[in-house]
Amino acid sequence: MTSLLSVEGVTKRFGGLQALTQITFDLPEGQIMGLIGPNGAGKTTLFNCINGVYAPEEGRVLFHGEDVTGSKTYKMAKRGLARTHQIVQPLEELTVRENVVVGACFGRENHSLSSASEIADEVMEFVGLNARVDQLAASLNVAQKKRLEMARALAARPYLLLLDEVLAGLNPSEISGMVEIVKKIRDRGVTIIMIEHVMKAVMNVSDRMIVLDYGQQIAEGTPEEIVNNPQVIEAYLGDPELAKRLMGDD
Amino acid sequence: MQQLSLLLASLPDGVLLGFVYGVAAMGLTLIWGVMDVINLSHGSIISLGMFGTFFIFVKMGINPYLGLIPVAILGLLLGIVIYFIAVHRIIDAPHLSSLLATFSVNMIIIGVATAAFTTSPYNVDFNMGTFDMGFTTILGTRLIAAIIAILVTGALYLFLYKTRPGKYVRAVTNNRAAAELMGVPSTQILALSFGIGTMLAAISGALIATFFPFSILSGAHYELKSFVIGVLGGLGNPVGALFGGLILGVLEAAVPAFMESSWVPVIEFGLFVVILLVRPKGLFGAKE
Amino acid sequence: MKNWRKHLGVILPILVVVGLAIWPTLVDSISVREKAFTILKAVALASSLNILLGYTGYVSFGHIVFYGFGGYVGLYFLNEQGWSIWASLLIAGISAGLLAFLLGKAILRLRGGYFALATIGVNEAMKALINNLDIFGGPVGMTLNFKIYKTYGGAAEALNMAFYIMAGLALASVILSYLVRVSKFGLGLLAIRENEDAAEVMGVVAPDAKTWAYVLSAIIPGMVGMLFFFKNGNVEPHVAFPLHASIELLVMVMLGGQGTVLGPILGAFAYQGMRGYLVTSDFFKDIQLSVSGAILLIIVLFIPAGAVGWLRHRFAPLRRVLP
Repeated sequence: MTSLLSVEGVTKRFGGLQALTQITFDLPEGQIMGLIGPNGAGKTTLFNCINGVYAPEEGRVLFHGEDVTGSKTYKMAKRGLARTHQIVQPLEELTVRENVVVGACFGRENHSLSSASEIADEVMEFVGLNARVDQLAASLNVAQKKRLEMARALAARPYLLLLDEVLAGLNPSEISGMVEIVKKIRDRGVTIIMIEHVMKAVMNVSDRMIVLDYGQQIAEGTPEEIVNNPQVIEAYLGDPELAKRLMGDD
Repeated sequence: MQQLSLLLASLPDGVLLGFVYGVAAMGLTLIWGVMDVINLSHGSIISLGMFGTFFIFVKMGINPYLGLIPVAILGLLLGIVIYFIAVHRIIDAPHLSSLLATFSVNMIIIGVATAAFTTSPYNVDFNMGTFDMGFTTILGTRLIAAIIAILVTGALYLFLYKTRPGKYVRAVTNNRAAAELMGVPSTQILALSFGIGTMLAAISGALIATFFPFSILSGAHYELKSFVIGVLGGLGNPVGALFGGLILGVLEAAVPAFMESSWVPVIEFGLFVVILLVRPKGLFGAKE
Repeated sequence: MKNWRKHLGVILPILVVVGLAIWPTLVDSISVREKAFTILKAVALASSLNILLGYTGYVSFGHIVFYGFGGYVGLYFLNEQGWSIWASLLIAGISAGLLAFLLGKAILRLRGGYFALATIGVNEAMKALINNLDIFGGPVGMTLNFKIYKTYGGAAEALNMAFYIMAGLALASVILSYLVRVSKFGLGLLAIRENEDAAEVMGVVAPDAKTWAYVLSAIIPGMVGMLFFFKNGNVEPHVAFPLHASIELLVMVMLGGQGTVLGPILGAFAYQGMRGYLVTSDFFKDIQLSVSGAILLIIVLFIPAGAVGWLRHRFAPLRRVLP
């Protein structure tokens, strides 16, 4: 089975700071991969290396088997890669609809304004923003802006979706709603990598997980394996009992 | 060889002039570095400094170098007023806002000054003698102005690095939010910085008035030079501005030895654009 | 025809331009024609600048360089090479566009204040360069060979023709502005304006889009320059590249509402009208610059979206109608 995404030995340095060291993994199509680790571990940096914001100093990124290391972000978007940002980046003075249409127009399928509009309608319904289509993006609250960010990414009909802490700052009911959306996205055939700190959510949604700490890949495996991994517990989870609680409750 | 002797003859003058350009640019680059605002009223304030010297010397008979003190104080106060009226409200708005706000102040100043003084040239005829150096003669006014420029630079440096308010200015330049969290009164510091910037502009104008005739529109000429120097020397870097000024002064003196002096602005602005593209942080690095 | 409502955004501006074009004939007055000419010129320039400033968000302080450069090139071919006015207009536009293309490749990667400064530097450098070029007459500039007016039926006829060509250019700039605004290309520009990095992540090829915006914003000003110098009968470096005129353009765009189709037109209208009043009024004549400055300051501080922008913010239904 060819992987959708292959990351081989990716290493990123900022001057003297080693942000990522030899990150390696394969991601098959249709999976949800959880990417976890303490703050500053390099998770967003890894996303940035995958989608073209940074070029890694060493290593390769392969998408659909092609070497895309260091490709510009807009080229990656055209190849079918979309992402959301940890700090949301709405196009403030444009309406919700216009924001999503941008995603549809300039993404992989390169739609015209009219067909992009149809896609936008469908996607806004999907994430639950259809009541707000003509509102300016600037007027939305944080949770709505996160949905907008998601909608924009989805409108591009990506093969691979990188979600950066979409659950941060949401209350429990908003979290459940968002998790449902993520599952529905996967059901449509989109492959997902999720950076998350909300452990319960990401453990329940992920097929596989990777744990980063200080830029190193310290563990990889199923959620059960990760949660019982002593290194992970030491670096991040803190409490072995937590594992039981996280996997037990549902 | 004739070119070389022409060059040698005009270089000292260029260097001296360069110091004064440096002070002018310092005002612009300080404000830019501290609050990321390009003060487009810089030129008109330089002109006001020129008029200041005129009134103090020609109308009141006071030595123009003594007159620098009231000009400097007025420049400082004017800057603080401009800050609170035009800049404070839009300090965090996109660049276009501050560009247009300071430009409108420029328009207001020029309009009022044109009505008051017209655009006819004014002259400050202050003779400080000349010094014969063999291969060239140096005007006393130029020499004194350069010395004052160096002193002003030194004073600015001492202020920024040896005084408490100066430390606050550097803190705000570095990271305004963090400085506020540490108790720095950022609004007052911003106003003070703006005032210092305009003060430097006024001082440089006052000095330039002893060199050339001027009108309210003359300042624009030096404002353009200040942009070039600011970029050459690095944003927010006062010492860099001084060196940038020297480079420009030397360039202006050297070029006419090899080609028509009308090519000087082409080279100046060409260099400006090239530096912006190649090393926007300036030759000496920007203040972070 | 229900469709007209959708296109109100361009119909209104077109009506304004057409109104200005027929106004002098209606009142049969040469002085009115001169006034209208000035306003139409401002409309053409402001609408063009809006493509770069309002849509893409790049502040150009030296946009007048295209007016001067295109104007010089066009006038050169008209005067020295004997080209027809139509061919000269064409070459004026093309050369301005070409300049924008080359410049854009170099300076559009600068952001914010740096880009603005670079445009000033370019304008000053170009002015100084042309000052040194004998082919363009150096500091003395070029004077139109007045016999050329005879080709168009004499001086009076030529000036009248120039008026209608200017009206045509103003109309073209409005239509171009509208077409860009409602196109996919225009949406990409708006995305760049709002957040260039996020736009690129979404697939907007920013470098190309910006370059084309720059080129489109330069073509009509080049033609306007040539037409103006043709009408004036001469051109000199400091007249062709006046920095303050560049800034006045910014004022017009801001005043009316940057980023909208109608905004720059209203802004041009209002600004020129105000200037005209101030210059003729005894009281304000000397301080007209101060009054303009004060008005600009008030707008920047309190109504930064300009007149049309403010309306769009306040009244959501207007957003579809006034793009």
